[in-house]
Amino acid sequence: MLEHYLPAASTYASDIDGLVNLIFWIVGVWFVLCQVVFFYFIIKFRRKPGVKAQYITGEEKEQKRWISIPHALVLICDVFIVYGAVTVWVDIKQTLPEPEESTPVRVIGQQWAWTFVHAGPDGLLDTPDDIETVDELRIQVNHKYRYQLESEDVLHNFSIPVFRLKQDAIPGRVIEGWFEATQTGTFDVQCAEICGIGHGIMAARIVIEPAADHAAWMSENAPRTVLAATTP
Amino acid sequence: MAEHAGEAAHGHDGHHEMSFWSKYVFSTDHKIIGMQYMFTGMAMALIGGFMAYVFRMQLAFPGEAVPGFGGVSPADYNSLITNHGTIMIFWVAMPVLIAGFGNFLIPLMIGCDDMVFPKINRLSYQIFLLSAIVLIVSFFVQGGGFGGAWTAYPPLSAKAEYSLTPLGSTLWLVAVALEFVAFLLGGINFVTTTMNSRAPGMKMYDIPMVIWMIVVASILFMASVGPLIAGAVMLFMDQNVGTGFFDPGKGGDPILWQHLFWFFGHPEVYVVLLPAMGIVADIMTVFSRKKLFAYRTVLYTVFGTGVLSFTVWAHHQFIAGVDPRMAHIFTITTLLISVPIAEMCFVYIATLYGGSIQLSTPMLWALAFLAEFLIGGVTGIFLGASGADVYFHDTYFVLAHFHYTFFPIAIIGVFAGITYWFPKMFGRHLSEFWGKVHFWGTIVAFNCIFIPLFMLGAAGQHRRIYNYNHFPDLATPELQRLRVIATSALLVMLAFQAVFLINFFYSLFKGKKAEKNPYNANTLEWTAASPPPHGNWAELPRVYRGPYEYSHPDRDTDYWPQNEPN
Repeated sequence: MLEHYLPAASTYASDIDGLVNLIFWIVGVWFVLCQVVFFYFIIKFRRKPGVKAQYITGEEKEQKRWISIPHALVLICDVFIVYGAVTVWVDIKQTLPEPEESTPVRVIGQQWAWTFVHAGPDGLLDTPDDIETVDELRIQVNHKYRYQLESEDVLHNFSIPVFRLKQDAIPGRVIEGWFEATQTGTFDVQCAEICGIGHGIMAARIVIEPAADHAAWMSENAPRTVLAATTP
Repeated sequence: MAEHAGEAAHGHDGHHEMSFWSKYVFSTDHKIIGMQYMFTGMAMALIGGFMAYVFRMQLAFPGEAVPGFGGVSPADYNSLITNHGTIMIFWVAMPVLIAGFGNFLIPLMIGCDDMVFPKINRLSYQIFLLSAIVLIVSFFVQGGGFGGAWTAYPPLSAKAEYSLTPLGSTLWLVAVALEFVAFLLGGINFVTTTMNSRAPGMKMYDIPMVIWMIVVASILFMASVGPLIAGAVMLFMDQNVGTGFFDPGKGGDPILWQHLFWFFGHPEVYVVLLPAMGIVADIMTVFSRKKLFAYRTVLYTVFGTGVLSFTVWAHHQFIAGVDPRMAHIFTITTLLISVPIAEMCFVYIATLYGGSIQLSTPMLWALAFLAEFLIGGVTGIFLGASGADVYFHDTYFVLAHFHYTFFPIAIIGVFAGITYWFPKMFGRHLSEFWGKVHFWGTIVAFNCIFIPLFMLGAAGQHRRIYNYNHFPDLATPELQRLRVIATSALLVMLAFQAVFLINFFYSLFKGKKAEKNPYNANTLEWTAASPPPHGNWAELPRVYRGPYEYSHPDRDTDYWPQNEPN
């Protein structure tokens, strides 16, 4: 479904796409079934001269079965969907990677730009080698990142469609989450929560590159103060 | 009530000479107040429709001047989408479906002469009109109309330095709050009248489904709106007094507003859905000459939906920064609510079985309601499932989904009701031919608008963006083509509304005269004159049976009016 429109570029993108497909087939079957029966009835029971409608109360047990059996089936389908939804959700939003196996990145939304604070070569935030960029996030493919999402002013939403990632940014809070890219490329980063008249221009790009290229970019861009700061 | 009841008791029909002002403007007659709501709602729908035209043109042809409006700036765009949503929900769906049909139908269908509190009823409309005026004024004040989306999330809505609409956001909030007051007054009337003024003999299970649904909707509204009014007061103070209820810098929390808003906002969906479903139920039984399948089941389902609707609100906030564990509870409740709603659809389909279906204009609208609403229903499952919502949240998929629920409700359901009760309201018939032209033009165009928007949503297009050229992945020619298709279909659909308006106003004065009961329907409103006089009946009716005794085997005719002793 979704892969038809845009690539699935994170580890959990395929999980979400799988869930979407599961729901699509379950509700699709129900939808087609309902519409077929519905239109069949409309055509079959069109008014014909001299034919009186049937008198059916729907209050008797064997009549009610026509409602109660589908009712139970809908409930069973719901259980499957809930199971799928919860599994995917726990993985994306409730399971954070260990600090040792992941790199932090700070994402700050403000009217109307994204600021990304990359950890730099040492892999730690709030050290002198941090690299700050505006409207461009650079990451390494096949590597876990923990983002710390903040907002300077109003609500924003950190959204990367190819990752299937969305998370609101709230002033006064730091919200943590994670992602791991599975392919290289350059894609859109959106703000998906209305944030004022510049909401429509609050766009950024994410650049996903191989480890070597990413390391080269970091050493090129790490602030020159790094050496001075680390020497003593 | 007292004076009218007195007149009825003395055998008068309350039909005395009145000036234009007291008859049509300051009337306490439930029918006139219903019309006032309905016409005001229709006028607001024209404004809301015009807004949709302007912003859809901007999306299809970004940067070009829109005929009839001019260039669309980002501030204009935000204000247009915000007020389109606000108007269509609060000033179209609510007044027409609940207040319009509720006022017109409740006394007529339960067999009494007027609402229990006619003067409160009049006050309700007057406050509603005031709220509409305040909202319209807010577009023209300095800084322009409010542009923070109809959900008005703070801090954007709370601080002028963020929203850049210092007066617009306050007036918007005042208008919405006034509108709630109007509907609280209306709701009191609807529930009290239905519980206390039913015709002798009308038991609980003899009340027509549309009345039950309006009553349950009113109860849901009254029970859910309190927190939002409290929230509106806090937001007003944050805007104008400098408090910090929603300001984290002052110890407040912006998420609090979201809870208050959606605690109201989700039951609100059912507040407008139920009356539309009731209208559809009544029309389907009449034009298929069938008894409503399992009346009691439908009723319990409605109650079940009502109760459940208070437990699902946070599915709007899965990714809003609330504790992620909360999502599980709301995923479960949200999917549970699919069960009663699916059940209602099954019941309606079952009602058609064995019927004698006549595809008149009202019936076409009623059937279309079900066919289209099913799309809205099934696409909601994607959004209620937390894991899938991570992707779909705030995309055009959401937008298309709720238009597939709200359009059937506020437009299809309303057209079903207007075309069905038009003879009773105005004593004349609408043209069937032009009614069907309008129907097909609207339905086909509607689907051509929103199916492309589902696809755009699946492609990751997020909402409330005035120009997608800033997002390279969304600025592709394929996606732009979908936007142009949607906008073109919107133009077609709006053009077809002219057919309705002409048909409506022509028939109002020149239509074929209608008798008392043109459809051979059972419910009480069809025993009053068309249109019913002030006081409705010379002698109030008595009720002997339920509203859906069509095609009863013991009868020669295929209907059995509620008021006939045998």
